[in-house]
Amino acid sequence: MAFEGLSERLQSALAKLRGKGKVSEADVKAAMREVRLALLEADVNYKVVKDFVSKVRERAVGQEVLKSLTPGQQVIKVVNEELTRLMGGTQSKLELSSKPAVIMMVGLQGAGKTTTTGKLGRYLKKQNKRPLLVAGDVYRPAAIRQLEVLGEQVDLPVFSLGDKESPVRIAEEGVAKAKEEGHDTVLVDTAGRLHIDGKMMEELKAIKDTVRPDEILLVVDAMTGQDAVNVAESFNRELGLTGVVLTKLDGDTRGGAALSVKSVTDCPVKFVGMGEKVDALEPFHPERMASRILGMGDVLTLIEKA
Amino acid sequence: MSFFKRLKESVSRTKESVTQKFKSGLEKTSASLVGAMDSVFSRSKIDEDLYEELEDILIGADVGVNTTMEIVDRLRAEVKERKLKNPEELKPLLSEILVEILKDGGSGMNLNPDGLTVILIVGVNGVGKTTTIGKLAHHYREEGKKVLLAAGDTFRAGAIEQLEIWGDRVGVDVVRHQAGSDPAAVIFDGIQAARARGVDILLCDTAGRLQNKVNLMEELKKVHRVIGREVPDAPHETLLVLDATTGQNAMQQAKIFDEATNLSGIVLTKMDGTAKGGIALAIRRELKVPVKWIGLGEKTDDLQPFDAEQFVHALFVEDIEKESKEE
Ligand SMILES: Nc1nc2c(ncn2[C@@H]2O[C@H](COP(=O)(O)OP(=O)(O)OP(=O)(O)O)[C@@H](O)[C@H]2O)c(=O)[nH]1
Ligand SMILES: Nc1nc2c(ncn2[C@@H]2O[C@H](COP(=O)(O)OP(=O)(O)OP(=O)(O)O)[C@@H](O)[C@H]2O)c(=O)[nH]1
Ligand SMILES: [Mg+2]
Ligand SMILES: [Mg+2]
Repeated sequence: MAFEGLSERLQSALAKLRGKGKVSEADVKAAMREVRLALLEADVNYKVVKDFVSKVRERAVGQEVLKSLTPGQQVIKVVNEELTRLMGGTQSKLELSSKPAVIMMVGLQGAGKTTTTGKLGRYLKKQNKRPLLVAGDVYRPAAIRQLEVLGEQVDLPVFSLGDKESPVRIAEEGVAKAKEEGHDTVLVDTAGRLHIDGKMMEELKAIKDTVRPDEILLVVDAMTGQDAVNVAESFNRELGLTGVVLTKLDGDTRGGAALSVKSVTDCPVKFVGMGEKVDALEPFHPERMASRILGMGDVLTLIEKA
Repeated sequence: MSFFKRLKESVSRTKESVTQKFKSGLEKTSASLVGAMDSVFSRSKIDEDLYEELEDILIGADVGVNTTMEIVDRLRAEVKERKLKNPEELKPLLSEILVEILKDGGSGMNLNPDGLTVILIVGVNGVGKTTTIGKLAHHYREEGKKVLLAAGDTFRAGAIEQLEIWGDRVGVDVVRHQAGSDPAAVIFDGIQAARARGVDILLCDTAGRLQNKVNLMEELKKVHRVIGREVPDAPHETLLVLDATTGQNAMQQAKIFDEATNLSGIVLTKMDGTAKGGIALAIRRELKVPVKWIGLGEKTDDLQPFDAEQFVHALFVEDIEKESKEE
């Protein structure tokens, strides 16, 4: 399971504090060193780690924590709160107000955009929406075919103009078509691109300016390493993202990208991909995820008992 | 002689076009990695703060905590041994250590000189397996070899069609079954067809799979077994495709795919981005699996045989040029 490795490391780093009746500043410092390594090994961006650790340390050595009856538990509580905050606090939903509402999927090559387009179409359909999928990737071999197969799997129509038209025109006509046929949501798939590819980023801006999307979702592979923040920052700077989808969380990644992306872009993670099949998409809940990482089920009860 | 000078000499022995390809492909990586090091090496003295800043940069390049510590420890030892005082001198030293780690062992392809060579391509989802097969097919065709592709990804939507487009693009045939059929059966047919047509190199695509999916890894083992049963000593190469953007999970990928299919090498893709692919260092050090190719883009010829010296040269190229101008 994703996060498992991180979870184990963090819990063992904090275990030494847990039962202690008295906790010194040195104890907190030692634990924070372990926390730092655990986060780095989980691919949390090193700058994010630095901020996180210093924030927790500062709060943890505060008088009300160390002087409390259960200082160990209190430190863990601080970690939990900061971790939740790092992931965005509370759940963020899609904001779909236009008629039709347009969602644009963007990201690096192979992140999972096309698959997520199919999954999200299915998810919205279950909520009684009538989505239209738009095949805006004219570059990758068989990208249109891939979306068409996904469309069949989730029983939704796919709009395409083949691979000879510009993605901007495809998006524009896709939205026009949706209006005409009474679709309330339009999901635009786009080709994968590097965040540093100026020409390709311009293309996304042109699509954005043409169809004025309600949501621009950055699709991020949860196994991404330290570069996740650069990627997210660039896409955000160029396009103004409204949310992030983390894919491939069904793997055994420690998931540091999840912990980093929100804090550098201030864009919430809205969904997570949990498999290759079209039903493997879930809304993201930061509180639950933080508690799961820290194995807080039992920790919270311990704090309550104390 | 500074190691920079040796690097420069060494790469000048290969074709200028290769050096150019490495340089332009790794431009962004170089700028962000070595650029970040400037502040380290322009410090006034070699001290703990310097090492710590360097550690952060290496960790920021996905080198991983353990390998970073080892690299920095080696630097410390060399600094003592060679009595270095000037932070500027650490740069060539670091490049030397990187080459040593990456070069350890060979990295050429193991091809069957008289008969069919089977190359199996494996990896997690979306890393660039199918694209790499297209590029490899092009590479070997350019060498005058007869190449065939087997569409072993029968699962992902549009995967077979994607490989067929690559086949068209580079002018090689593709053996395929229907979507949803047994991948081992496709590969089996691929081998029979390769034999019948006197093919030199059969490239086998497989579906992306996360290494913790036990069933899917069993399926891959079956494909591997079929190849071994049908062709003695095959697969001659089993290459794990790794996305350079991947973090520490790549180590896990290498470990588990190696257990399942006995990897012979790595293809590090998407090095044209800003990711530094530092995890390749950790894998080289801990698992001894060498990088054999690097992917530098989405086009047919954006694949280069990996060369540790070219690679490190491209990363440090600005400093190397500067040093040689000053002399
Ligand atoms: N295990 C798993 N695989 C996923 C998930 N999401 C996507 N994938 C797989 O990741 C691979 C890449 O997905 P795509 O949807 O083609 O990615 P993309 O971003 O559209 O790729 P490009 O268009 O080439 O940039 C495919 O093999 C998908 O099946 C997920 O949540 N879990
Ligand atoms: N920039 C860049 N993109 C690459 C490179 N190699 C592959 N890609 C892109 O990465 C995406 C995924 O490539 P694929 O070849 O479909 O990956 P795969 O591993 O076969 O994917 P699945 O079969 O879905 O697991 C495509 O958009 C490719 O064009 C590379 O070296 N550089
Ligand atoms: Mg796609
Ligand atoms: Mg593929």
